[in-house]
Amino acid sequence: MKKLELKNLYKVFGDDADKGVRLLKEGYSKREVLEKTGLTVGVNDVSFDIKEKEIFVIMGLSGSGKSTLLRCLNRLVEPTAGEVKIDGKDLTNLDKESLRQIRREKFGMVFQNFGLLPNRTILENAEFGLEIQNIPESERERRSKKALNQVGLEGWEDQYPDQLSGGMQQRVGLARALAVEPEVLLMDEPFSALDPLIKKDMQDQLLELYEELDKTIVFITHDLDEALKLGDRIAIMKDGEVVQLGTPEEILTNAQNDYVKEFVKDVNRSRILVADDIMVKPLALLYSNDGPRTAMHKMKENEISSIFVVGEKRKLKGIVRVEDALEAVNNGQNNLEGLIKEIPVARPEKSIDKLFSNIAGSDIPLPVVDDNNKLLGIIVKSTVLANLAEGGM
Amino acid sequence: MNLSIGLVVESFIDFLLINFGPLFALIAQIVGGFMGGVESLILSLPPIVLIIVFALVAYLLADKKVALFTIIGFLLIFSMGLWIVTMQTFVMVLVSASIALFLGIPIGIIMSGNKFLDDFLTPALDFMQTMPPFVYLIPAVMFFGIGNVPGVMATVVFSMPPAIRLTKLGLKQVPDELEEVGTSFGSTPLQMLVKIKLPLALPSIMAGINQSIMLSLSMVVIASMIGANGLGEAVLTGIQRMQIGIGFEAGLAVVILAIVLDRITSGIGQSKA
Repeated sequence: MKKLELKNLYKVFGDDADKGVRLLKEGYSKREVLEKTGLTVGVNDVSFDIKEKEIFVIMGLSGSGKSTLLRCLNRLVEPTAGEVKIDGKDLTNLDKESLRQIRREKFGMVFQNFGLLPNRTILENAEFGLEIQNIPESERERRSKKALNQVGLEGWEDQYPDQLSGGMQQRVGLARALAVEPEVLLMDEPFSALDPLIKKDMQDQLLELYEELDKTIVFITHDLDEALKLGDRIAIMKDGEVVQLGTPEEILTNAQNDYVKEFVKDVNRSRILVADDIMVKPLALLYSNDGPRTAMHKMKENEISSIFVVGEKRKLKGIVRVEDALEAVNNGQNNLEGLIKEIPVARPEKSIDKLFSNIAGSDIPLPVVDDNNKLLGIIVKSTVLANLAEGGM
Repeated sequence: MNLSIGLVVESFIDFLLINFGPLFALIAQIVGGFMGGVESLILSLPPIVLIIVFALVAYLLADKKVALFTIIGFLLIFSMGLWIVTMQTFVMVLVSASIALFLGIPIGIIMSGNKFLDDFLTPALDFMQTMPPFVYLIPAVMFFGIGNVPGVMATVVFSMPPAIRLTKLGLKQVPDELEEVGTSFGSTPLQMLVKIKLPLALPSIMAGINQSIMLSLSMVVIASMIGANGLGEAVLTGIQRMQIGIGFEAGLAVVILAIVLDRITSGIGQSKA
């Protein structure tokens, strides 16, 4: 079942855009059109179908036209030529009122920088799309609360966006789109502005939601890993054109041109994984003003034998081992003085074969920190071994 | 050869006077009547009641300190015997700033969405703001005679630009992504304005309101030169008789009124931001 159909779609920015399209049809490239006429080509002769209830990823570097293409789907950007059909109905020649109606009924959009209204509470933000449709207040509240629950934000309804972390703000953005119960979710690099670990969480959550909701999702990203993880099919764009379209497996195994090959090189099995790829969230953290009893409690609860200590802004202080904490508790000590031991750390860009020597003889995880010594995640021995084995080393 | 732009302006004003005389008379009557009404209402209240009302408004829109300052400041004005003239000035500020905002904010809204109008009006606003304020008094007198009404009219012209400019600026500064949010969910242009743009532009609009009020106050003082009553009259008397005492007292009252109005109106913008 086709949900969206794009046929010979062009977008040229500038005063005489039609002339740009004419030149593109004659075979001039994006750069030649710019040199000849000063017109910027956003989308160049794109045709493909998006199937019902698939996750369709459009991938490309910045300037490749992926965001412009996405915006052509709901005419946030007016296509210069070509057709966009949803459920067989052409959007490009709709009048303003019918277009508004389609935008309200069919689409929900999620934005790169979240696009939350700072003067509204989380609930009011989630209600925005329903408010635009003049839906009665009680139903508005019911539906947006349901959407907030789906993204795991119950209890935050009365807060304001600036009180939430980036990941949570994007959940609000997602809830706002889900609340209108759209058939198509348009997601414009929704996770690009988030920290790597949060990003992974959000991707997992999106996949979970996708299983529950059966919606068509059009997802934009510049990150191939993300594209491979989420996409049922991926379109890779360059200079406004789709240079390859296929399933993740097809893209990985059968790159059709040098551009795609260059991209895919990085993800091949032989590629070098770095600390950033395999680090996980620590189960528990200790704060420098906690005492040994808290330390014992947290370790016991999470069944771990050592715990990392962080100070302000998650700055890594060191590690406390269970035996030291136990001794301190027995001695009646009530602070962490002398218990915090220094340990080797790793940078996120360090490759895992080099990490192996660090972690092989150690019984504690390896912390990954950034330049400011902020704890980003930890690496456990088993993950390193598993990944090395998979890499065939 | 002398280029007489002045002559052109004069004949243009004459043209307006001859053709639209009755219209100006009507405007004068409406504004004059309205002002008279407000003034007699305010002056019919005992000063102490008014001071309490002012202090309450200051407390609600700003804070305790401003409320306290209002009470002390207005008691000082009362004890200097300048209560009535201060209230006359206040009414003129109230009326002229209201008209300026009533016209200015919608003009700003229209300008933010209309490039042609923006290009056309921006230089006009520059002109309005940089022309020495005294110059406005001349056509004001020609159209509306002398007294409070021409004073108010000149004040409206002088104090309107910041309301227009800051409304326009606030609306233009709304991030593109938030406009896209509105459009992608199917907003009508009106919904876009009311639900997204105006709330986000509010701090800027409030700053415009504050500036318009402050400019109104400075202009109504100058307007005493064409027979407007109020504190300006007292200052003028001080100048004409070379009595520094009268001039200083009236000046002090202007300062107190200015501080109170400024703190109250800038307080509104902050509490919303």
